Amino acid sequence: MVDASDVAFAAMTVVAVGGAVAALEAKEIVYGAVGLAASFAGVASLFFLLDSPFVAVFQITVYVGAVAVLVLFTVMLVRSERKWFGDSPGILGQAAAVVTVGALVLSLVLTFSQSGLSAVGEQAVAPSFVDIGQLLAGPYAPVLEVLALVLAASVLSALTLAKVEREETA
Amino acid sequence: MITLSDYLVVSVVLLGVGVYGLVTKRNAMRLVFSVEILINAANINFVAFNRFLWPTALGQTAVLFSIALAAAEASVILAIVVVAYRIHDDVDVGELKNLRG
Repeated sequence: MVDASDVAFAAMTVVAVGGAVAALEAKEIVYGAVGLAASFAGVASLFFLLDSPFVAVFQITVYVGAVAVLVLFTVMLVRSERKWFGDSPGILGQAAAVVTVGALVLSLVLTFSQSGLSAVGEQAVAPSFVDIGQLLAGPYAPVLEVLALVLAASVLSALTLAKVEREETA
Repeated sequence: MITLSDYLVVSVVLLGVGVYGLVTKRNAMRLVFSVEILINAANINFVAFNRFLWPTALGQTAVLFSIALAAAEASVILAIVVVAYRIHDDVDVGELKNLRG
């Protein structure tokens, strides 16, 4: 029995994984950045399918909206005219990496298929954003505060890095 | 019918792609891509297990924290990449030896 959510799941899986592969393997790295944004969007739609619209929208805002644009700008800033050497370790190293990672993925997939996890049904009621709000304002409020400090610190450190560089070249 | 295993398989495939990128690429931007893909793979796990096994939104809250942390991390890494590029004219991590302390 194939219904709409199955089709959506398959399509979004293709977008998420294909975007990730394109991000790493695209010849032109700008297209790689676009592929990464597509992968983020695919993952966001998987969150929608998991009845987690708040997380999905957060993912779109932060990843597709902010991180992907930041990455795109950086890629355009650091795109050097000469060709990047050593971007891949040669055909032999690449094949070794593919085989190793393939074995890892295959063993994990086999583990899942035999674990009985596919027999587990969904929870009757999906947790709503009200639930998230209660957790964020209740037991996880200190984490939220620390996270705000971490974000501020990261912005400050990025600014400091830019400043140090300017003094050195001056 | 989409089962928990299906989401886990997607997550593991993304994990594989991310690890592959981390071990084969030497361009700093591609490494940033790989790390972001790995974080996304982990987030899928959190939300999927939350949906199937847990009645409250604990996993979704964890993913919100994870996404915010990833954004902070991306901003710092990209600042480092830009500085390294201005000093070195290159973002090959094999060439960035003077970043050692």
